[in-house]
Amino acid sequence: MFYELLINAIVAGVLLGGFYVAVTLGLSISFGILDIVNIAHPAFVVLGAYVVFVLHSEFGLDPILASVLMTPLFYALGAAIYQTYFISFERRGQSAQTALRGLAFFFGLLFVTEVGLILVFGVDYRFVSAPYIGPTLRLGAIDFPMRLVVPCVMSLALFAALQLFLSRTFMGRAIMAVSQDALALRLMGASPTRIKRIAFAISIATASMAGAFLIIIQPIEPSAGRVFIGRAFAICVLGGMGSLPGTVIAGMLLGVFESLTATFGGPSWAPAVSFGFLLLTLAVRPTGLLGR
Amino acid sequence: MRSPTFFVVVVAVAVLVFVAARLFGSDYAFFAGYVVLQYVVIATAWNILGGYTGYVNFGSSAFFAMGAYTAVVLYKTSPLPLPAVVLIGGIVSGIVGLGMGYLTLRLRGAFFAIATLAMLVVLETVIVNWDYVGGGRGTYVIRPQSVALFGDYIQYLVAIMLTLCVVAIVAARLIERSQLGYGFATIRDDELAAEASGVPTLRLKLIATTLSGAFMGMAGAPFPYYITYIQPSSAFALDYSVNAIAMPMIGGTTSWLGPLIGAVLLGTLQQTASVTLSPTVNLFIVGVLLIVFVVMAPDGILGLGRVVQTWWRK
Amino acid sequence: MSELLTIDSLSKHFGGFVALDRVSLAVNAGERVGLIGPNGSGKSTLVNCICGALQNEDGTVHFDGRRMDGLLAHQRTRLGLARTFQLPRPFVSVTVAENLRIPLLYTVNARPGARLADAAIERRCEDLLSLVGLAGKAAERPTNLTQIEMRKLELARAMATEPKLLIADEAMAGLSHSEVDEIVGLLLRLNTEQGITIILIEHIMSAVMRFSQRLIVLVSGEKIADGAPKEVVSNPDVERAYLG
Repeated sequence: MFYELLINAIVAGVLLGGFYVAVTLGLSISFGILDIVNIAHPAFVVLGAYVVFVLHSEFGLDPILASVLMTPLFYALGAAIYQTYFISFERRGQSAQTALRGLAFFFGLLFVTEVGLILVFGVDYRFVSAPYIGPTLRLGAIDFPMRLVVPCVMSLALFAALQLFLSRTFMGRAIMAVSQDALALRLMGASPTRIKRIAFAISIATASMAGAFLIIIQPIEPSAGRVFIGRAFAICVLGGMGSLPGTVIAGMLLGVFESLTATFGGPSWAPAVSFGFLLLTLAVRPTGLLGR
Repeated sequence: MRSPTFFVVVVAVAVLVFVAARLFGSDYAFFAGYVVLQYVVIATAWNILGGYTGYVNFGSSAFFAMGAYTAVVLYKTSPLPLPAVVLIGGIVSGIVGLGMGYLTLRLRGAFFAIATLAMLVVLETVIVNWDYVGGGRGTYVIRPQSVALFGDYIQYLVAIMLTLCVVAIVAARLIERSQLGYGFATIRDDELAAEASGVPTLRLKLIATTLSGAFMGMAGAPFPYYITYIQPSSAFALDYSVNAIAMPMIGGTTSWLGPLIGAVLLGTLQQTASVTLSPTVNLFIVGVLLIVFVVMAPDGILGLGRVVQTWWRK
Repeated sequence: MSELLTIDSLSKHFGGFVALDRVSLAVNAGERVGLIGPNGSGKSTLVNCICGALQNEDGTVHFDGRRMDGLLAHQRTRLGLARTFQLPRPFVSVTVAENLRIPLLYTVNARPGARLADAAIERRCEDLLSLVGLAGKAAERPTNLTQIEMRKLELARAMATEPKLLIADEAMAGLSHSEVDEIVGLLLRLNTEQGITIILIEHIMSAVMRFSQRLIVLVSGEKIADGAPKEVVSNPDVERAYLG
């Protein structure tokens, strides 16, 4: 009995962890690679979830399809945010003052997004339905809830796509390069600002898809993003700040840890796990598992 | 203005405010005024760390709530007079600030900021799971009917909060003009250069987080008596975190005057908006104002004032 | 002469990149040592390890008879080890004079012995500013200074810590001929009149040759030469790696 509980907790943790990866991928780009502390990222994921909710309830669109359709919009949103951020902060040069203001800027965005959602949708839980949300696949003693499996699989697909993009395409490699040597890039004739803007826009575009996964896994309400702040940053730091494969490993690890805590310790302790993880990682090994 | 003179002036203003409130104000004025005064303390406290040293604390709600829940624990175990509760609340929050600082201040400022958010959630989870103080459901705190000298208990609470304001503002100004204040400024300007000049940056940062946390805890300690039914969701409300940042940033982070201006302006605005519009719209406005100011007027109202002053002189 | 600074097999890497590879060198009290090498050879990393801005993985640093391992940067400054930064890093929210007050308050006054009173600190600031030629700029903000004025402020701030050893990290980059001479003259005076040991890290060879009693060459994290300037400069390895 215990063994069954354990194995199911681990499986659920891995599946959930896969989803956490989708939430964190965007942050790995904005924070890990571009060094922009976008703590509003989880709020944009929740925004994506609500957009999916609206498209689903108005037009009956499949959640994942809806989110894919919405990625250009989120991309544009990301580009606009980066432009504002760049003009207001990055262009003025790095100092403690601008760093402080940058943080305050994203905190303001986080807050405005969350409260805006409350104003529009209220605090009630919203959910979607799809053929793959209800059923559970049973293999022996192990349950595979499809509402967890589908987002996990799609998250890993998203990761694979991003990883290929970053390592094989010109723009992707330029993005990796701009984080290390903007001057060299300028000498090559590329504009670091434009490249960073594209990267940041991509990171927000991923939020659209992560949002779909979120509302598939659980009903949402406006402050759902808060618990993800800790999770996303914990995974990002633990995964080594900008290493996408590291993000995957760290995400699964965190998912399993949380699942075990929830199963054997009680669900009300789960939020503390990720944040505790984060504090511990920051205190002990800030470079993460696969850090550079 | 020399420090002893300043102290006398601030005390005089505080007394005047209180007397005026008693003569002309209504009960409502006291209830609303309490919240504004609370924010003056919180904003000033935040600025000691955020404005002076440049380390952003997103988890101000946690320090506030630790003060509040210290009061709850004391209320349930051994009720003490409120000033003592305030002091103990400050000590507890100060220790939390010290501990958190010790864990995270050796890292970059951005990591510190994220860690404060993490700490906020961890502490809230701990309190939610602690049945002695009511857990997630919350608990009642009975407010005494009246107090000698002050009459209504709410007037007593306001008097305590006014005292805290005086202490916080005088302390902030003292720090600004002291060697400690110089040290803080170097940390904000360039930590590497500060270390090379002999400034013990870690020690100073720990002092800043402890002081900042302690003041926020002191502001939170009377809160259970003010609100009489306390839940984690109200004590740990993100309102405190956002306002703690928005008020100094909108008022101006370079001196004690900025948080005061920001708290009074924004606090009054919010009290009005909460009543005429809705608490949620009010929060939305605060968030928007924060973004607008940070992007367009990063030095806050004080900065705008300086610009006007320079332009006026030409 | 006694050894003031002894570095023994110092190594430092960043991930897989070896920035310093078992560097050993010694500096005697009162010496004027020049440190040269191509960009990326590890000069600044060496300074950072000596002064505590970075912690080295292997090897030891002894200063004034004490081991520096584990000591924080501000502790080393208080023991008499001062440095300037390649790119000037002034404290921008205070005035030029206050930039000098800070090391006086936090280094000189933190040492055991008599503390300077406020008036004495004021005077020291004025004296230092006069010494580097910034006397008229006491009330200015550092952001309003010219390049050379900022570099002078960097030096003055390091001098304010009353060091036994001063490491000047490319203090003259981008300066004109006469400005370079000014700074070299200033450093020479510090050494001959106040007995401060100086390590000069520079690319400007004329300044290095004029100033140094001894020359050390660092290439790709390794020390490849250490001796009298004229000999070092005519060393074929040095020519190949750096001068040629």
